[in-house]
Amino acid sequence: MPSEMVSQSDFLYILPELTLIVGGLITLLIAGFKGKKSVAMVANFAIALMTIAAIILFFLPQDVMRVFNGLVINDSYSIYMKILTLFGAAATLLMIKNFLESRKLDQPEFIVLVMFAVAGMMFMISANNLLTLYLGIEMQSLSLYILAAFNRSSTKATESGLKYFILGALSSGLLLYGMSFIYGFTGSASYDLIAEHLGNPDGSSSMGVIFGITLMSAGLMFKISAVPFHMWTPDVYEGAPTPVTAFFATAPKIAAMAMLVRILYSPFIDIAKDWQQIVVFVAIASMVLGGFAGIAQRNLKRLMAYSSIAHMGYALVGLSAISNVGGSIQSVILYMSIYLITTLGVFACILGMKRSGDSFEKISDLAGMWRNHPVIAVSLTIFMFSLTGMPPLAGFLAKWEVFSVAVNEGLWVMVVVGVLASVVSAYYYLRIVKVIYFDESKEKFDPMSIELKLVLGFATLFTIIFTIFPSSLRELAQHAAQSLN
Amino acid sequence: MVAVVFFYIFAIFLVISAVMVISARNPVYAVFFLILAFFNATGLFILLGAEFLAMLLLMVYVGAVMVLFLFVVMMIDIDLKEMSRGFLQYAPIGSLVGIIILAEIIMVVGGFTYDASLITTTAVPIPDVAEISNLEAFGLLLYGEYVFFIELAGIILLVALIGAIILTLKTTNKAHRQDISVQVARNTETAIEMVSVKSGQAFSKNDTIKMNKKG
Repeated sequence: MPSEMVSQSDFLYILPELTLIVGGLITLLIAGFKGKKSVAMVANFAIALMTIAAIILFFLPQDVMRVFNGLVINDSYSIYMKILTLFGAAATLLMIKNFLESRKLDQPEFIVLVMFAVAGMMFMISANNLLTLYLGIEMQSLSLYILAAFNRSSTKATESGLKYFILGALSSGLLLYGMSFIYGFTGSASYDLIAEHLGNPDGSSSMGVIFGITLMSAGLMFKISAVPFHMWTPDVYEGAPTPVTAFFATAPKIAAMAMLVRILYSPFIDIAKDWQQIVVFVAIASMVLGGFAGIAQRNLKRLMAYSSIAHMGYALVGLSAISNVGGSIQSVILYMSIYLITTLGVFACILGMKRSGDSFEKISDLAGMWRNHPVIAVSLTIFMFSLTGMPPLAGFLAKWEVFSVAVNEGLWVMVVVGVLASVVSAYYYLRIVKVIYFDESKEKFDPMSIELKLVLGFATLFTIIFTIFPSSLRELAQHAAQSLN
Repeated sequence: MVAVVFFYIFAIFLVISAVMVISARNPVYAVFFLILAFFNATGLFILLGAEFLAMLLLMVYVGAVMVLFLFVVMMIDIDLKEMSRGFLQYAPIGSLVGIIILAEIIMVVGGFTYDASLITTTAVPIPDVAEISNLEAFGLLLYGEYVFFIELAGIILLVALIGAIILTLKTTNKAHRQDISVQVARNTETAIEMVSVKSGQAFSKNDTIKMNKKG
């Protein structure tokens, strides 16, 4: 049994991940010597490293390449999703770096953990083996658990960290249990070999494989917080400090959805009929629960949690159209890109809700914002309309894409439920608009920092302009989707 | 034949001690039954010819994890009555879920058609012990083909380490730290104070301060 050795050129393909990991280690050293003083410098360093990693990814060869004995895969899909994840993480860091001190998060280790989490996400996206997937997930999740509980003096944050940790450990257990079934019934943990075994006409799509994929999708659905594995999301979003919540809602969601798409469409495409019903059920449940449960919310962060549950449901609508692989992956990629940018914009607004240094997060705190801050109010209105799915904003096009692939597949029930759920969710999105424009105005908020304005401005512009020029991003998504075909 | 007998001995004891772990009233007994369960699992591994895994199980779980567990259980005052309060309340729905999962597993294993080709097509078949020792086979795999996983696992451990320190370390001023440079820099003038105590009066700290200011 001669085992192949790792060649030097393999490292080229994980250079972006290595950049972040080595950068994280250097940051750890800086943290040891300089302590709390260095946190602003370290945050800028991390943003610079993420930019460098994205640039390296941009110049990597786009054709399908398997490295480290096939444990890691590099293709245009992984490159696109990784750049998107890095963009989300870097933009979040840019937004939150001025808020770390007031939230007692001003230790440079915070930034180190963010960097390791992003590296884990990138491994998740380019996993080509069940074990790579698992290790990537653990690297990301462990960092996120710690980030949630980072502010030890807050009972709410500690509680949310503990809740996230226990439920996350349970989901990892389910995931591993499912993986062991897959390994037992197909004989391999490698995506390629699993696909080969399942593609065999006499090779069994046996009960064991279905059992395995059911358990595995339970574990994976937990990571994207889809119903019925969503319980942790509202509590964690509300309990964690707002800068951490902003991070949770953006980059990890992209990475988790990316790995879900790859694992369903790459090794398990031949038993797509079997997992399709799981995805359809989860999509419908997420859309309905996200639509109805958001109505009762008074806290903006909690509302965004239910909103993200619903949006994961919409993304899964695109995923369940199995006969048109390219189109359905493209629609999911597009949906996640638009979701990411809109969410960044909304969190820029939530982070900006400060009066003389104190943060506010209730919906009622937005009252009469229109009179004091017309520009921010208009941006927030645009985001809310986009999240609802109003034409002509970006969110409409995103929903249009996923629903149209599902209609072509003939999944009428799901599409009708989805449209109705988005009408229900319009109630809570538009209530925010009503509060902004028609309620008695309160005191002014503190002026926004330049970084927040930057992200807010970009997100607003993107949300408006995207429908006019959708072709460039759509082509990128199509190109990325092709590599999984 | 002997192997079969031993298999059943180990397996029965494993199941019995696993049941005892969750049904023992005293948590310390439960931990000891868990240790017994690990010993029996070790026996099963040895029967399979995986002696390295067996030793690993003993050293890591029994040697380290369980001892730590035992310490925690013995140090924390666990009120069992408090813990088992919700037990009856959740027992029906819990057992329903358990029965459903059991039925599903029986369906899966009942429909198990073992693909004969799997023995040869598995990613890493168990090598013949006569050819290569267990430990060597593990080493070749982990540090050769799967070296990537070892490195990733190392980073995960680092994250866990950072987390454990971040979430528990308190930097207070109360700790008396040794500052070597200050200690070395002491000389007779700073280290010794000459105090003249008036006869018939007690020595008070204020005197020292006065003395220092004077000279």
